Order: sequence, then C-alpha cells, then structure tokens
Amino acid sequence: MKRYRHAASGILVPLAALAFWQLLSTMGWVNATILPSPMQVLTKWWAYLRPLEAFDPTQGSYLKWCFSGELPQDAMGSLYRVLVGFAIGTGLALPLGLGMGYSKVVNALFNPLIQVLRPIPPIAYIPLSILWFGLGNPPAIFLISIGAFFPVLMNTVTGVQNVDSIYLRVGRNLGASRFTQFKRIILPAATPYIFTGARIGMGTAFIVVIVSEMIAVNNGLGYRILEAREYLWSDKIIAGMFTIGLLGLGIDTVMSRLSSRMLRWHRGLEQG
Amino acid sequence: MSMDSHISVQGVHKVFQSGGQDVYALKAIDLEIVRGEFVCLLGPSGCGKSTLLNAVAGFSLPSSGHIHVDGTPVTAPGPDRGMVFQEYALFPWMTVEQNIAFGLQIKGDAKAAIQAKVDSLLELLHLQDFRKRYPKDLSGGMRQRVAIARVLALDSPIMLMDEPFGALDALTRRNLQDELLRLWTELKKTILFVTHSIEEALYLADRTVVMTYRPGTIKRDLRVDLARPRDVASPGFNALKKELSLLLMEEQNRHEQDEFRGAAVD
Repeated sequence: MKRYRHAASGILVPLAALAFWQLLSTMGWVNATILPSPMQVLTKWWAYLRPLEAFDPTQGSYLKWCFSGELPQDAMGSLYRVLVGFAIGTGLALPLGLGMGYSKVVNALFNPLIQVLRPIPPIAYIPLSILWFGLGNPPAIFLISIGAFFPVLMNTVTGVQNVDSIYLRVGRNLGASRFTQFKRIILPAATPYIFTGARIGMGTAFIVVIVSEMIAVNNGLGYRILEAREYLWSDKIIAGMFTIGLLGLGIDTVMSRLSSRMLRWHRGLEQG
Repeated sequence: MSMDSHISVQGVHKVFQSGGQDVYALKAIDLEIVRGEFVCLLGPSGCGKSTLLNAVAGFSLPSSGHIHVDGTPVTAPGPDRGMVFQEYALFPWMTVEQNIAFGLQIKGDAKAAIQAKVDSLLELLHLQDFRKRYPKDLSGGMRQRVAIARVLALDSPIMLMDEPFGALDALTRRNLQDELLRLWTELKKTILFVTHSIEEALYLADRTVVMTYRPGTIKRDLRVDLARPRDVASPGFNALKKELSLLLMEEQNRHEQDEFRGAAVD
C-alpha cells in the first residue's frame, strides 16, 4: 500500500509540470516553434519511434521491423558506442588501477601522468580524435573510452589502497600466498569501489556519446537532436532529449541492480 | 628452553620510537608455555600484551630476544598459530562456510575433505543454520564463533586470541567463554589469550600473566588452581580477583599519570 502511495506521489510533480506546459501552449502564451505543446511532442515522438515502411515478411523478421524506425536505430547506435567505449575504457583502467593500487612502484611510475591527463575533459580531445580517427564511430568510441577510463581507474586505485589491513593479516595468518591474497582478499574487498567507478564511468560515457555524435557521427540520438535544430523541429529535439533521459536512466538502473546483486554481502548505507 | 615448552619466549625486547625517545613496549620478557596450557595475558591498555601476542603470531618480530614454537624460531605468521582477532575480521564477501573453508583451500585440501571439515566445524560451533549467511547478517557472538571455527579449521596446535570477546555483551561473552573451554578440553590446544578483564582471565586460564605498563614486563605469573567449571562467586575466585585487582590498579594508575603528563606537555 505504502509503496503505491509513494509511486503515486512521485507522479504528482511531473503531471503538474505537464499540465502547466500544456496550459502555456493551449493559451498561446509561447510560440509553438520555441516550445511545442506536450501533445505535439508526443505525436512527433511516436512518428520518430514507429517503423517507416509497412511490415514486409520478405525483408526480415517482425522484430527487426519493429526496430526499423529512426529512433530505435539512433538509440541502438548510441548504445553500441557507449558499450564499446565503456568496455575499452574499463578494460584498460581496471588492470592499471589494480596495479597502481597494489604496487607503490607502479603507482609512482604512472600517477604523475595520470594526474596531468585526468583534469582534461573528454570533450577537449575532440579535435585530436577527429584528426587521428576521422569521422564515424572510431573517434566517438575513443572519446567515450576516455570518459569511462578515469572514473574506473581512480576508484579502482582507491579501492585497492583502502583494503583494511586486518584482512591481509588474517590472510597471512592462514598462510595465503601473495597471489591468493590478491585474488581472494584484495580484489573482492575493492569491488564496491570498482562498481562505483564503473557506474560513474558509464554516466560519463553516456554524456560523451551525445556530444561526440553532435560532432563526429551521422546518426545516434545526439546527432538527431542537432539535426532537428537545423529544421527548427523543436518537438523532435524535445522527443530526442526525453529519449536520452530515459535511456540514461535505464542504463543506470541496470548498473545499480547489477552491482547490488553482485555485492549482496556488502553492508549497505541503510545499515551504516 | 625447557623440553616440554610449546611456546618459548626468551629475553624479548620490543622498542618503538616515539618523539625521538625509545619506548619499551616489551622489556626482557621470559615466558614458557607448555603444550595444552591455557595462558591469559592480562594488563591495562598499552602494557604490551597485544605486542607480545603479535610477536608470537609473527606479525611483528621482537627487536631482540627469541621466540620459539615447538623449538623452531618464529620468523613469519603461519597457520600453525591460528589467530582470532578482536574485530572478528571475517571476510564480508564470503559466507560463513566460505570463511571457514578459506584456510583449507589455501592448504590445498581436496574438495570433499574441505566440505566434511566445514560441516563438522559448523556443527561443533552450532552454526549449521547460518552456513549461507554473510557476516553482516550475524550478531557479534555469531561472528566470533565463525572466527573461531576458521582458526580451528587449520588444526593448528596453538590458538592466539586477541581480546576476542571484548566487544560482546556479558551473556554472550560467558556463553562463548564456556564454549571455548569446551573446545580447549576437547581439542587440547595451547591457548594464549589476551584480555583486560580480570574475571575473564581467572575464569578461563591455567595461568594468568599480569603485565606492567611501559616498559612492558611481567609483573606476576599466577597459577590459577581453581577447579573447573569455576564459580565466579566463590571465595577462592574472589580472593584471586582482589589480588589481581590491586596489581592491575597500580599499572592503571601509572598509565593514567603517564597520559596526564603527556597532556600537560602537549
């Protein structure tokens, strides 16, 4: 009961905002080109979402047809770039972070360079990325992997460095080798940090994908809303923005579900 | 070193540097513990009892002097001297049974043998119903049971215990003390147990070794010749308790004066 009441109250503010927005449009207080009405956005959203051609069994499966609309294609394009970029960024950050956290020597070698590169926003790499990789997916994926790299790296280093020394003492007492200590104690103890880093990295990757599509790619959600601006299709811009919002929310929900599933042992915030 | 000595501590010093001065955490400690003996180290905080325990465990070696276990010098921590820590120190990412099995996996035992051993330890410590739980879902008393089971799994002849029951409520504490005595009688371990509770030392130990505050020396090595199970309300128990209280009070006063001086200097 309580849960439903919470859900109901959560819907109250969005509904009020929507009603106010509709009122602005209906009363003609704002220009429809500057701010189209919610209904107009919804209509456009549907048009953007649905398949362009009628279903034709000779052209492939029904499922494929369902996703043949412009919006699903854009969303899948963006998602693909996010996932590949994230995988590359994380794949590089994780081993380096584990090494830097574990070994003072590795840390001393890499930390100065990392600290200089870290404050550079991924966006600042755009000129170089186009120079190096041209246009299309490669520069976008390059930028996204940079966006994902640093949060994962920094959190992994912190996670490994913050492993409570009592666990290592127990490990030594039980006779664990250095490798066992690393695999069975340091790595699991650091996972909550690593997961936090991955979640932040995924968020950054999602921001960067939109920006990179505005500059280097000819499809994807970021490209589409910029393209819509050229035609003054503000309804399509807003529909695209909401899609970005929902997709981002979806990714973050998946990430946090995944981490709470894998970290069932972890003392949650609610327990202090 | 006497022949039947299980743990032998000879002329051990441990010196720390503090504010440019040498502080003797341990000074000229001699202690012989025979096989199967239950010895408590008793003293106020800062008296070096944990330092001595860590030296026997091999976590921090003495500045000078010798520690032998079974005639072999101690140079590093090892599973022949299982340690139960004050803070439980269970691995939070492992379930109860995984925690207990960890030491056996390191040893490289066969899977079936590990399972059998874990099962018997779960039964021995009444943990069967909690085998799949994570430490965060256990009470303090339960966690310390798991920590004891984890050490017992190693079959180490020596158990080192660093104020293991310090954080528990009185009832749980007495419960675990009885449990520990039962295990000790059954498994014939040599136990070196650190505590600051006089009653705990007298309730458990064959011998209670009272340590002094800085420099850490042995003030009194008292044999507790009371029959078990011991009655904490008996006149004999209380006489010993009074004797130890007086000894401990002197050390506590020196500790407090020292802290007071330290505060005045600051």
